[in-house]
Amino acid sequence: MQTDIIIAGVGGQGILSIAACIGMAALKSNLHLKQSEVHGMSQRGGAVQSNMRISDRMILSDLIPQGSANLIMSVEPMEALRYLPWLSADGWIVTNTTPVKNIKDYPDISGIMTELRSVRNNVIIDADSIARRTGSLRTSNMVMLGAASPYTGIEYSLLEDAVRDIFKRKGEDVVELNLKALKAGKDYFNNKQ
Amino acid sequence: MDKLMLLGDEAIARGGMDAGMSGIYAYPGTPSTEIMEYVQNNFSAAAGNIFCQWSANEKTAFEAALGMSYTGKRSMACMKHVGLNVAADPFMNAAITGVNGGFLLVVADDPSMHSSQNEQDSRYYGKFAMIPVLEPINQQEAYDMVFYGFELSEKYKLPVMIRITTRLAHSRSAVMPAAQLKQNVTGLPSDPVQFVLLPGIARRRYRGLLDVQKELVTESANSPWNNFTDGSDKSAGIIACGLAYNYLIEAYRGKQPTNPVLKIGQYPLPEDLVGKITGTCERVLVLEEGYPIVEEMLRGFPVTSAKISGRMDGTLPRDGELNPDIVAGALGMPFEKGPAIPSIVKNRPPSFCAGCGHIDMFNALLQSIDGYGPGRVFSDIGCYTLGALEPYNAINTCVDMGASITMAKGAADAGLHPSVCVIGDSTFTHSGMTGLLDAVNDRSAITVLIGDNSTTGMTGGQKSSATGRIEDICAGIGVDPDHIKVINPLKKHHDENVKIINRELEYRGVSVVIARRECIQVAMRRKKEEKSR
Ligand SMILES: Cc1ncc(C[n+]2csc(CCOP(=O)(O)OP(=O)(O)O)c2C)c(N)n1
Repeated sequence: MQTDIIIAGVGGQGILSIAACIGMAALKSNLHLKQSEVHGMSQRGGAVQSNMRISDRMILSDLIPQGSANLIMSVEPMEALRYLPWLSADGWIVTNTTPVKNIKDYPDISGIMTELRSVRNNVIIDADSIARRTGSLRTSNMVMLGAASPYTGIEYSLLEDAVRDIFKRKGEDVVELNLKALKAGKDYFNNKQ
Repeated sequence: MDKLMLLGDEAIARGGMDAGMSGIYAYPGTPSTEIMEYVQNNFSAAAGNIFCQWSANEKTAFEAALGMSYTGKRSMACMKHVGLNVAADPFMNAAITGVNGGFLLVVADDPSMHSSQNEQDSRYYGKFAMIPVLEPINQQEAYDMVFYGFELSEKYKLPVMIRITTRLAHSRSAVMPAAQLKQNVTGLPSDPVQFVLLPGIARRRYRGLLDVQKELVTESANSPWNNFTDGSDKSAGIIACGLAYNYLIEAYRGKQPTNPVLKIGQYPLPEDLVGKITGTCERVLVLEEGYPIVEEMLRGFPVTSAKISGRMDGTLPRDGELNPDIVAGALGMPFEKGPAIPSIVKNRPPSFCAGCGHIDMFNALLQSIDGYGPGRVFSDIGCYTLGALEPYNAINTCVDMGASITMAKGAADAGLHPSVCVIGDSTFTHSGMTGLLDAVNDRSAITVLIGDNSTTGMTGGQKSSATGRIEDICAGIGVDPDHIKVINPLKKHHDENVKIINRELEYRGVSVVIARRECIQVAMRRKKEEKSR
């Protein structure tokens, strides 16, 4: 088994907390894991991504080759498209719909949606609205993770455990809020099927 | 023991903590910053007392680590590649003095310049100083090499370099920690003049360094980090250095190539192992993350040898970091690409955070300097370098840390007026202060605008060396206190700030304007911490 995941977003959107949850769950499943992150200049509002590789065999390359990603999970719609060359023929794109317009020439959002819909396997989700409804916009990341969870190759209950572990120090309320968001994302996926 | 999920940087830090390191010295710089940060955040008394504070710059960090080694303790100095330029003087000389306690220099290179001004390859420095260089391919090797490196350093009484690059520094994977070692007890160097580089002593020590080179090559030949795997297909042999080895195996979809392969993780180059490739194969493909240093050595003169391919003959690009696709392409077994990036996708370069004080500082400066003509603002390296981008276009130079003040001085000496420089508080204490002294001594007419956000912002908000003391330092250096002004870069103070900057631009001497407002990232973090307390 091997799952290659690209998590995409804009510096400051907190894609690393998504990566951390998947990473912890993978470790608990005794799988090999590589998680390459972007630190430094791009974190100042630039395009950022994390390459995550999960496998039952030893993985050497920290980077995913083009055409190999099973999943592109993006918390920003235009950023999802930036990594298309890495998507495998039967890979999935799961993306949030809320644009981050911190550049002057941000394209027309309907054009972006058209491109996203033209990807064979896509899940387009308004994670921000769902997060707001479940309690807090800040948990939008967990809605995304929930919606993409079936493509991570990791058992859902292990992702729940990881959320508990990672948010533990922030208190029981925060843990519950994030678990609810994760579930809301998963439910969205199930209802779409 | 439990496995730990660590960045390459953190694996090195953890390795140090477990291998009996007594102190770590560093100046922040992407992609090396997380080494020191890990020690600071995971410090436990169980490992014994470990000194772990940021230094003013890489030179002071290197020298302090050398001083700790002098006492017999194990120490580490960490920096990004260009930081070694700043520390190059003690670095080159430390190879001659040698060390006492184990001494590791960790340098993080940044091929493709993700967050840097250049992509220089620190392995050249290792060769230049004639010391061993270790190059890990994964987090576990990074961890293990710290133990190995300290031992090697103490065996030969030489500094040892661990060279990593961005992808390993910032990639996380599982690391199995080893049993913790006790710290060394102190003991002065057995040779009392070892560290006294008077010519007579330096010549003797240098010859010693030359004499030991053969042994270092033997160490490399027997090193666990250099592996030769024979293969039946001798039409080509592959030498893969550092991370390039990972991409090679990825290109073969996880299998061992049928060609002979030499994986290199320790330098100087093991001649015998290299000979097993060059002596038996018709062609040699050299894969290196960084400059083609090994390729250059193999080619010798003339450099056109058709037998060798790599970055110098276009088989791989001459610049930029490697990745699985580039390596697979060079091997003639490319991966099948996914769909192209749609043309609708725009670049998203980094930008100022909303509410950043640097924005208001640049707005005030731009209005103040309007009318004087273009090309008068020398700047430096930090978040404020983003002032070079639209819509500000506010700065004209960014060369190396500290160069803003000195270049403004040189331009002022040539008659450019006003000659302004914009420098951050951490950059100012890193290497701006000495340039300011030059300007004061020569009465050069410059206006120094210090963007004082009271932190080292660009690298994530580390402690800045002289927070709260910048005015005193400027006055101490000899700037006339009447021309040291502090402004608050906020929109509501804009007009007042423009006036103050304007007056100083007209002044024909050294003036300093400190634009002081806390970095908003640091402020947010501080408020969150205060709330949770
Ligand atoms: C020799 C060298 N060391 C370290 C760095 C990495 N670096 C770039 S900017 C910066 C921090 C600048 O901090 P400051 O001057 O306070 O400006 P700020 O980013 O806070 O605006 C550092 C450490 C570098 N580019 N060169």
